[in-house]
Amino acid sequence: MLTVAAKKLRGTFLLDAKFELPTPGVVALFGRSGCGKSTLVNVIAGLLLADSGRVALDDAVLLDTDSRLNVPAERRRIGYVFQDARLFPHMRVEANLRFALERAAVAPFVGMDRVVELLDLKPLMSRRTHELSGGERQRVGIGRALLSQPSLLLLDEPLASLDASRREEVLPYLEILRDQFAIPMVYVSHNFDEVLRLATHLVLMEAGETVAQGNLSEMSLHPRVRAIIGADAVGAIVDGTVLGKDSSSGLTRVQVGQGELKVQCGTGQPGTRLRVQLLARDLIVATEPPRQLSVRNSLAGVITSVAEDVDESDLIVIDIGGILIMARVTKAATHELGLAPGKPVWALVKTASLRPHVI
Amino acid sequence: MMWLSANETEALTLSLSVATRSVLLSLPVAIALAWVLTRKRFLGRTMLDAFVHLPLVLPPVVVGYLLLLLFGTRGPIGGWLERVFGIELIFTRSGAALATAIMSFPLMVRAMRISLENVDRGLEDAARTLGAGAFDRFVCITLPLMLPGVLAGAITAFSAALGEFGAVITFVSNIPGETRTLPLALYSALQTPGGDREAARLAILSCALGLSGLLLSEWFARRVRRMLGR
Repeated sequence: MLTVAAKKLRGTFLLDAKFELPTPGVVALFGRSGCGKSTLVNVIAGLLLADSGRVALDDAVLLDTDSRLNVPAERRRIGYVFQDARLFPHMRVEANLRFALERAAVAPFVGMDRVVELLDLKPLMSRRTHELSGGERQRVGIGRALLSQPSLLLLDEPLASLDASRREEVLPYLEILRDQFAIPMVYVSHNFDEVLRLATHLVLMEAGETVAQGNLSEMSLHPRVRAIIGADAVGAIVDGTVLGKDSSSGLTRVQVGQGELKVQCGTGQPGTRLRVQLLARDLIVATEPPRQLSVRNSLAGVITSVAEDVDESDLIVIDIGGILIMARVTKAATHELGLAPGKPVWALVKTASLRPHVI
Repeated sequence: MMWLSANETEALTLSLSVATRSVLLSLPVAIALAWVLTRKRFLGRTMLDAFVHLPLVLPPVVVGYLLLLLFGTRGPIGGWLERVFGIELIFTRSGAALATAIMSFPLMVRAMRISLENVDRGLEDAARTLGAGAFDRFVCITLPLMLPGVLAGAITAFSAALGEFGAVITFVSNIPGETRTLPLALYSALQTPGGDREAARLAILSCALGLSGLLLSEWFARRVRRMLGR
């Protein structure tokens, strides 16, 4: 468990943050630019001293202002991947990596060879850092942080300075990082797509405060998260388990709640955990079991709430067996179909609009 | 050196020896002071800053005179150095090195500070998160990154040391083979009847020396920049 509580006044800006993360897990610090995410991460790293607060990772207390305990950053064993990589310009890539390995405080659990292989750094080793592309710099930065044998990894918008295609180039490596090591991670981002791919938990920050937190599925329905990511990106994030490949259609069958989704996915290995976002705008609500439709996916459930949304529409939250999903329908439809809490409904979604991620 | 007379060779080697000692003496102190003045906020920082820059605004003769007072055989520091270590500064080339070191000190500190201010502190933070302590960070990150300034400072100070006149002649006098550096030899030549030719040759020698210093410094700066990838 990572527990963080910190207060810090900087000029007129007050950081007042508090969150917990079950370990191992990936918590996304999510919020608009300037809401204090980086300040909070620097407090966790020990680069910035909080006015008051406590940071603890499992049994190790790193900061406790009440008992005047403050482990210096260089002894916290926290790996930090910076937005601007911060590679040492007077060293080649290999020396940058070695710098971290040589100063590791514990016997290495990940060695140079493994890092080089996982992050495909071999062709970069003898390069100077200014000869690297943005994506390559971040890969080296990730490798360097990993080689310091950290017990916690902080990633401060590692993809923010990259363009979309470079971002796609680095994201898989971050997924490898999450999947191959049980290192808890704090991932700062204002890009919901990255959060969706990487995080298990989400802490929402606004104006220096942590305003809401929870696991990603819960938080995907949160009104304040919805407000930030924009109407088109709103939708429940659900995690499901692969049941197998459908031999006739070639689609992968995924169990979510009591229902089943068919998605296009490389893997059909039963048991694999998949994450899909069901965008509210893509969901169709029916009050009878659908027949004679091209739509492959129909999830039966019960409406739990109807909330007003933008543009004369409502957000219908549907419980599909322990999992909540969200559909946007026009107010006219709400009225005509008599959509109200307690009503059994079917949520329909096209396979083509689902993009699953292995988690 | 066949095209130089014995006197000229003597003045040249003495100048080089004095300037080298002077730079070696002031280099560590200047690095430490540049760091303190750039990175630390403390009471009396402005005073210290002004004090370091004092030789730049004082007449060199005044500096020489103050050195005489402090480091002379009866001076508080000079007397102690002689009693405890048997070090004599007055009328010696070590004294000349001290005088030139103090005169060129502000130039050295200034060059280093500019360089240090340009060092990205984010890189030091990065080193910190990788487990590097304060001294480790300074030696492995900060110092290499401020190297252009250190080199520029050292070379400027070396050139200034070669040419220092007032403070040297006031503090350690003008003794052939001991404290008569190039500018002092040039001055002596001018004072000697028929020494014009000698003076001209020494002036040309000084010019050549200064010019090679500048070129050398430029060459170094380029190499270091390439090393730092700029």
